Amino acid sequence: MGRTGIGSGIVSIVVGLSLLAGACAPPGAPGASQKPSGPLKVGFLAPITGTGAASGNDMINGWKLYWKTNAGNIAGREVQTAYEDTAGDVNTALTKARQFVEQQQVDMIVGPLFANEGLAVADYLKTAGTPGFYPIVSADDLTQRQRVDNVIRVAGWTSSQPHHPLGEWAYDQGYRKVLTICADYAFGQEVCGGFLRTFAGEKGGEVVKQLWDPVGTPDFSSYLSQIPGSGMDAVFALQVGADSVRFVKQWNDFGYKDKIPLIGGEVLLDQSLLRNMGPEAEGLISAGHWAEGRPAKETQDFDEAYLKEYNQLPSYYAAATYSAGLWISQGVQKVNGNTADRKPFLDAVRTTEIDAPLGHLKLDSYGNPIATIYVRRVERRPDGKLWNVPIQTFEGVSQFWNFGPDKFLKQPVYSRDFQGLPEQLKGLGLK
Amino acid sequence: MNVLRLLSMHRAVLVAALALAVAVPYLTTSYYVSIATQVMYFGLLAMSIDLLGGYLGLMPLGHAGIMGVAAYVMGYLVSKAHWGWPAAVVAALLVTLVVCLVFGLLAVRTTGIFFVMITMAEGMLVWGLAYRWSSVTGAENGIRGVSRPEFATLYWQYYYLVLGVFIVCALLLTLVVRSPFGLVLKGIRESESRMLTLGYNVTLHKLLAFVLSGLFAGAAGLLYAWYNQFISPSAINITASTEGILMVVLGGPGTLLGPVLGAGAIVFVKNILSMYVTRWPTIMGLIFIAVVLFAQDGILGALRRARVGRSRGESVRSQGDRAWDALELEAESSRSSSA
Amino acid sequence: MTLETFGLHLLNGITFGELLFLLASGFTLIFGLMRITNMSHGGLYLVGGYAGLTVLGRTGNFWLALLVAGVGVGLLGLGIERLLLRPVRNRILPEVLVTLGLAFILGDLSLAIWGGDPQTIRIPGALSTSVELFGLTYPAFRLFMVLVGVLTAAGLWALQHRTMLGAIIRAGVDDAQMVDAMGIDIKVVFNRVFALGAALAGLAGLLGGAFLALYPGADSEILLLAVVVVILGGPGSLVGAVVGSLLVGLIDAFATALVPDLLYFTLFAPMVIILAWRPYGLLGRAN
Repeated sequence: MGRTGIGSGIVSIVVGLSLLAGACAPPGAPGASQKPSGPLKVGFLAPITGTGAASGNDMINGWKLYWKTNAGNIAGREVQTAYEDTAGDVNTALTKARQFVEQQQVDMIVGPLFANEGLAVADYLKTAGTPGFYPIVSADDLTQRQRVDNVIRVAGWTSSQPHHPLGEWAYDQGYRKVLTICADYAFGQEVCGGFLRTFAGEKGGEVVKQLWDPVGTPDFSSYLSQIPGSGMDAVFALQVGADSVRFVKQWNDFGYKDKIPLIGGEVLLDQSLLRNMGPEAEGLISAGHWAEGRPAKETQDFDEAYLKEYNQLPSYYAAATYSAGLWISQGVQKVNGNTADRKPFLDAVRTTEIDAPLGHLKLDSYGNPIATIYVRRVERRPDGKLWNVPIQTFEGVSQFWNFGPDKFLKQPVYSRDFQGLPEQLKGLGLK
Repeated sequence: MNVLRLLSMHRAVLVAALALAVAVPYLTTSYYVSIATQVMYFGLLAMSIDLLGGYLGLMPLGHAGIMGVAAYVMGYLVSKAHWGWPAAVVAALLVTLVVCLVFGLLAVRTTGIFFVMITMAEGMLVWGLAYRWSSVTGAENGIRGVSRPEFATLYWQYYYLVLGVFIVCALLLTLVVRSPFGLVLKGIRESESRMLTLGYNVTLHKLLAFVLSGLFAGAAGLLYAWYNQFISPSAINITASTEGILMVVLGGPGTLLGPVLGAGAIVFVKNILSMYVTRWPTIMGLIFIAVVLFAQDGILGALRRARVGRSRGESVRSQGDRAWDALELEAESSRSSSA
Repeated sequence: MTLETFGLHLLNGITFGELLFLLASGFTLIFGLMRITNMSHGGLYLVGGYAGLTVLGRTGNFWLALLVAGVGVGLLGLGIERLLLRPVRNRILPEVLVTLGLAFILGDLSLAIWGGDPQTIRIPGALSTSVELFGLTYPAFRLFMVLVGVLTAAGLWALQHRTMLGAIIRAGVDDAQMVDAMGIDIKVVFNRVFALGAALAGLAGLLGGAFLALYPGADSEILLLAVVVVILGGPGSLVGAVVGSLLVGLIDAFATALVPDLLYFTLFAPMVIILAWRPYGLLGRAN
C-alpha cells in the first residue's frame, strides 16, 4: 500500500506542478501602490534587541524627537512610522524589509544599523523600488561602486569620511609614527584605511604596526602590551560598542592615559558609549561627523531638547536620524507630499540642503552627504556629563576627500589588504 | 507509528495539504508566500536534525554550521567564481559530504552530552571560519548576489522550487527511516549494547546517519542561501542550531512531520509574533521550557495522546518518549559499566 | 617578541584565565557533581553583573555589590533548580534544553531591565591603580583576580575533599538511592550545590563586568568560553577547570598577539581534537 501511495503521490505532484508552471503568475506580487495622499508611511528598521540594541534605541529616539517637535506631518500628510526590530541580524532585517514593502506598502524605509544589513536590504530595495534612506549605514562602497539608485545616505556618512581629515590633522600635530589598533571587520578596516590613507599615503607618516582585534574582544591586554617598545609616538584606535568602553578603560588601567597620545576613530568615543565612561575618557581626542559639544544653535537646541526628553545627550545615531527627519521632510515638501511618483521625490531629496544638528549637509552625486568633520576632545560639562567638543573643523568634506571621485575610485575599497599605505599605492600605480 | 502509515490512513488529509501548499501563491500576498517558503526550508533542516536526534537518539547542536558549509560553498561559487548553479550545487553537496565525514568520525565516538558538545564545537568551527576568513566568506558582511536558478527568480517560482525540493527530501527521509537501516538506528537508540551483541556495526551506522543527516541539512542550506540571495555568519551560529533543535522538540522528535510543524511555529514566532511583541525571545524561552517540562514529545505527541486518550488504560509510548529514555539508558549503562 | 612583551602576554593569559576559572568553576561544579549542563550559566553571569552594578550605583559600596551579586544569583539558582531542573532530573537532553530556554529569557529580561548600552563596573580606588611588577606596569585589579581565583579554587577543593558535604555529594552522584537510604535528603543537597554554582557565576559576572563589560551578548560569549574550558579540562574535575582555564587564557593571549586571524580556530580546534581523542576531556572520568 505504501509504495503505490508514494508512486501515485509523486505522479500527481509532477502533473500538478507542470500544469501550474504554465499558468499565469499569482496576483500577490510585491506592491507598488503608494498613494499621493493620506498618511505617509515610514518603515523604520533598527535593532531593538541584541548587540546593537543601544544604538538602535538612539536611532529611534532621534527620529521620534524630530516628529514630536515638528508637528508630525508634512504637506498635509501625517507621518506614521512603524518600527521593526532587526535584532542586528541580516536575515531578520531582510524579512522585515520585505514585510514593510510588500505587506504594509510603506512609502520609504529608514535605517538599518549594520553594514551587512544595509547591503542586503539595499539589494532588495533595488528590485523593489521603494526609496531607502540610510542615515547610519556607513559601508563605503554603498555610495561608490555598489550604489543603488533609490538608496540614499540622507544625513549619513561613509566609514572613512571623517578619518581622512583626521590623518592629516595627526600629521600636522607632529606625530610621525603611528600604531593602529582597530576592530577587525569591514567597518574597522575602512576607518583605519581612511586615517592611514592621508597620514601615511599622502603625508608620509610611518605605520609601525597594525593590530587587528576581533569584535567582541573581552581583553585588550595582549594588544596594549605590544605598545611599549614599538617605537610609536601615537596610537590610533577604533573599537565598536562594548569594545570601545572596555578599550578606553583598559587603556587607563595600563597607565597609558596622559603618557601615550591616543587618537580615536569616531565610534571609539561616540556619545552612546561616552555616557557609560568615566574620568578615563576625559581629554581624549577623536574625529567625527557629529560633535554634541558644537556651539552652533542647531546643535545646542537639539542637545537641549534631547536632554529634556531622554535625560541623556544625543549620540550620532540620534543626531543622524533627527537630521534625516529634517532632510526627508524638506524633500517631501518640495513634491507637495506626492511620494507616489518616486523619481521626482528622490530627485527632490537629492537636491535638498540643510543646516542640521550635524552641520551643513548637501548630497554629492553618488548619494552621500558632503559634511563638516570635527576633530573633537572629550570634556566634562558643568552638569558632570562628558561630551565631545570640536577643537578643529573641516568644512565641505566629501566621501572622496580631496581626491575627487575619479581618482578615489581607482583605489580598492579599504580592507585588511589595502590600507592606503604608500607601498600599496605604488603597487597599484596610484602614486 | 511512522509518518507514511499515519499519512496513508489519512490520504485525504495528505492530498488536501498538498493541494493547499500548491495553491498558496494564489491565495495570499508575496509576504506570506515568503513565510511559507521559510517554513519549508527550516522544516527540512529540522527533519535532518530529527534523523539524528529523534531516530538515532543523538541530538546534534551544530547543524546550522553544516547548513552553512553548503550555503557558503554554493554562494561563493555562484556569486564570486561565476559558476553555473548546477555545478555549484554539486560541488557544495560534495564538500558538505566530506565535512560531514570528518565531523562524523569525530562525533560518533561520543554519546549523550559529549555528542552535544562536540557537535556544538564543530558548528562553531564552521561559524568561526565564516566569520574570519574574509577573503572568501566576506566575514560578517557575508556573500551577496547569490542568484537563484533562472527559472526560479520570482518569489512564487522560487516557492515552487522549494516546495518541490522539500517534498522530494521528505519522501527520501521517510524511505530512510522506514528502511532496515532506519530500524537499526531506532534499535541503537533503544539499546546500543543490544545492537552490538546482535552483530551490527553500530559505529558505521551512526556515521552513515550523520552524513545523511548532513546532506539534507546542506540541501536546506542551499535553499536558505537562494531565498535571501545572501549568506552571512549570523545565519549559521549556535543560536540558529539551537532554534533547529527547538523546532524538533516542539513538534515532536522521531516523527519527521513533527519537526516541520515545529519549524512552522518558530517561523511564525520570529516573523509574525515579533511584530506585536518586543519580548519575543522571552516567549521563545518560555516555549522551550514549557515543551520540555510538560510535552516532551511535542505537538504531535500531544495530539496523539488527545486522539488515543487514556481510556485504553495503558500509557501511550511515543517515539519521543523513547528517544529520551534511550539517552537515560545510555547514561545508566555508562555509569554502571564503570562502577 | 621581547621578554617584556612575553611577560605581559603571560600575565594577561593568567589573569584572564582566572576570570574564566571563576566562571567555569561554577559550571564544572554543577556538571561534575550533578551531571547537569547549565547552558544558562552565561545568563546568570550577566544578571549577577548587572545586579552588582545597580547596587554599586546606589550605594557606592563595591563589597556590598559583590555580596549581592553572589548571594542574589545563588538564591535565583535555588529557585531554578527546584522549579525547572528537578522535574527533569537525570535526563540529559531535557536539562540542556530547559537551561537553554532559561538563557533566552535571562538575556532578554536583562536587556529589558538594564538596557542595551555596554556598561562597566567602577573598581574601588585602591584596586584601580597599576603596580610595578618585575619592571612591568600592570593593572592591580587583574592581580586581585588571581587572588580571588586561587582562594576560590582552594575553597572548592576543600569543600569537595575535606568536608562532610563534599563526601555526601560525591556519594550522591555515584549512588543517589544509597545516600537516600542513609537518611540524607539528596535533593536538598543538589539544590544547594546548584545554588553555589550559580553564586559563583554571579560573582564572576561582577568581577568580569569590572574588567570587561556587561552588554547583551556577553552571556553567550562567556558561556562559550566556559564550555571550552570545561571540555578541555574535563567536566567535573576541579583541577581540570584550573588547567583548562589557564590553557584557554594563555591561548587567547598569545594567539591574539601572534595569529589573530585564527583566534576562534585556536580555541575550538583544540577542543574538537581533545574531545575526539579523549571523549571525556583531558582529565575527566567516564563515571
